[in-house]
Amino acid sequence: MPFENLTDRFKSIFKTLRGQARLTEANMDSIMKEIRVALLDADVNYKVVKEFTTNVRDKAVHEKVIGSLDPSQVFVKIVHDELEELLGSGDNSLKLNANKPTIIMMVGLQGTGKTTTTGKLAYYLKNKFNKKVLVAACDVYRPAAIDQLVTVAKQVGVDCLNMGTETNPVDIAKAAKEKAYNEHYGVVILDTAGRLQIDDRLMDELNHMKDAVEPDEILLLVDAMSGQDAVNVATAFNERLALTGCVMSKLDGDARGGAALSIKYMSGVPIKFMGTGEKFTDFDVFHPDRMADRILGMGDVVTLVEQAEEKFDEQEMKKSANRLYSGQYDLNDMVDNLKQVSKIGSFSKIMSLMPGMPKVTKEQLDRAERQAKDVETIVNSMTPEERAHPEILKYSRKVRIANGSGKTLADINRVLKQYEEMKAQMKQVSNMTKNGKMPTGMGGMGGIGGLGGFGR
Amino acid sequence: MGLISYLKDKFKKKDNVDEKYVSGMSKSRQNFSSRLSDLSRSYKKVNQEYFDDLEQILIESDVGVSLSIRIIEEVLEEAKTQKIDNPEEINEILVDKMFSDYASKGEVVNDIQFVASGPTVLLVVGVNGVGKTTSIAKLAYRYKEQGKKVMLCAADTFRAAAVEQLKVWADRLEIPIVSGASNADPASVAYEGARRAKQEGIDLLIVDTAGRLQTKSNLMDELAKIRRVLSKEIEGAPHECFLIIDATTGQNGVIQAKQFNEVCNLTGIVITKMDGTSKGGIILAIRDELGIPVRFIGLGEKIDDLEEFDLDQYLYGLCVGNS
Repeated sequence: MPFENLTDRFKSIFKTLRGQARLTEANMDSIMKEIRVALLDADVNYKVVKEFTTNVRDKAVHEKVIGSLDPSQVFVKIVHDELEELLGSGDNSLKLNANKPTIIMMVGLQGTGKTTTTGKLAYYLKNKFNKKVLVAACDVYRPAAIDQLVTVAKQVGVDCLNMGTETNPVDIAKAAKEKAYNEHYGVVILDTAGRLQIDDRLMDELNHMKDAVEPDEILLLVDAMSGQDAVNVATAFNERLALTGCVMSKLDGDARGGAALSIKYMSGVPIKFMGTGEKFTDFDVFHPDRMADRILGMGDVVTLVEQAEEKFDEQEMKKSANRLYSGQYDLNDMVDNLKQVSKIGSFSKIMSLMPGMPKVTKEQLDRAERQAKDVETIVNSMTPEERAHPEILKYSRKVRIANGSGKTLADINRVLKQYEEMKAQMKQVSNMTKNGKMPTGMGGMGGIGGLGGFGR
Repeated sequence: MGLISYLKDKFKKKDNVDEKYVSGMSKSRQNFSSRLSDLSRSYKKVNQEYFDDLEQILIESDVGVSLSIRIIEEVLEEAKTQKIDNPEEINEILVDKMFSDYASKGEVVNDIQFVASGPTVLLVVGVNGVGKTTSIAKLAYRYKEQGKKVMLCAADTFRAAAVEQLKVWADRLEIPIVSGASNADPASVAYEGARRAKQEGIDLLIVDTAGRLQTKSNLMDELAKIRRVLSKEIEGAPHECFLIIDATTGQNGVIQAKQFNEVCNLTGIVITKMDGTSKGGIILAIRDELGIPVRFIGLGEKIDDLEEFDLDQYLYGLCVGNS
């Protein structure tokens, strides 16, 4: 989960703050010190931390947090606004040309994830914007880099221009542009070799490529695990190439992602996308305001709802909802609901987006995921009649199901118990909805409430 | 005699400063050492501000905030008791502290420790994109040059073209390689590697694994399985387990080392990309918290750009250099 650690730190800092009726100069100092250490531990750039703490302090004094009756609220707001400021605001979307191919150059240090991200971006543009995408293999240096892009392109279903390792990367880029114009591609993504920002020869190559193809976007890949030097790298690439944006990769680890907090501020280059996993779909637009919420532990409900809307099958949901109202909720519906939920992502991903979620260990989450899979396995071993009328399940049927699914009787009983709990919860929800009293936070979330029975 | 003059003496007299080491690290060194000497020049006498600036230099080298604060406090303490306010002497105490902090965690032998008979197995692990495959090629070259029979095992069956990348290196080095199909069970590839290494009388089997973030528990379990399979086939294997860490890595490096150590029992760290501008200070934090030593250091993209890690040289390169 991105920023998990920073979030925890802020939570505990704010907790101390809440316990104090009034904020004084003295406890302000110790809180600012804690925030400073938390940010530095998160690899936020030293200079950024210095300015950040000064600004927060100034604002806190200015807005009379000190002495106010509910200092924590005011303080949290100040920190939130400052974080958002750091992360950058405004439009971070790509500039896509309507009438000619959009050319995107991917650049960065070695091992930041350029090739993988090229695949993810291609997939994103192909599926979200219906673009015909061409990727071009301009990394002629690293062994098998071209093979990697060819494989990735095949996996995401886009065309790949492969001219081998003997061609000059600038010529490959030119050929890609030409091909895009002749064959009416919507987007061309140039995957370039990783390089150090101090390697003049290779940096010149990028300049030549830029001059030759005049790209619409030049995106710098930044590893979320980068330390203090990330800002220098971004600044140097920006000075050479005039970047149009950054992509943060590997945000699915436990890196606290301080680079994300520093780059926009120090180099002025906005962060446009983020990579959050190994799958090609693990790629999102970067929203500074939502990220600030996430860092502060306020959750990111907007993203959750968006993903739910995008990935839930509306027909399925309606069907399930109707059955729910008519009190016909059975095991089939439970499996369907779980499947719908798992489409949004792993439980841990969902949990990270929910505000105010209690701290759940990785083991608990893993267990919950496993149990959710067990439900499907077990239900699949039942006859249609059993699925529709779980109440007919007695000992001998349970033994048969246990044998058929390779589970134990205890597992079967647990699933049935969960079903009863879920059914009860669903009934409650449906009653409340009927009475016009939506429980807060349940709007449009369908089966998520039913997750309660898992992971125990 | 202060540490800096000791180091200068040692390297100047014996004339054994490794040129490549120093030139590869010159970017890191210039930054750190020139800032250090600039700093000492701008102050006649040290005050609190001077120590704040020192702290900033350490933090900006990714040494980490808690270790930096502790080192600075120790320096401050010593400066007080010895009544030192000359900036250059303070700098010497600083380097001295960094040196003794690292060295106090025990002796380190950099070279791979070969077993008396049968293949020695080296397992190479790390997060994505740190340079595992390149480092393996460099290590294979090093030991092939020393007359060892080296075999590579491509157990990264996940990333597109990872196997091909290692194959290119095996071809260039003219050494055997064991590989499985794409998406094959990496443990089965490791098993095959161990089996063939025994059969063919190999001295060193290097097992490449897919990059994985330490938070992915299923992938960490997979690593544990690879270890089990290796140990079943060859007694005591893997005898060495190296974590590859990118010099640009920030404080997450400590967590990486901790998590991988729990699963793999790390015997050392290889720090890569030290030819860039990053200072790799994270290795000091890792050594401080977990005691895991750096064994090798990657200084470029060429096959022989790998050196044994030498604390003297590292600090010499980092702090003394041109001054």
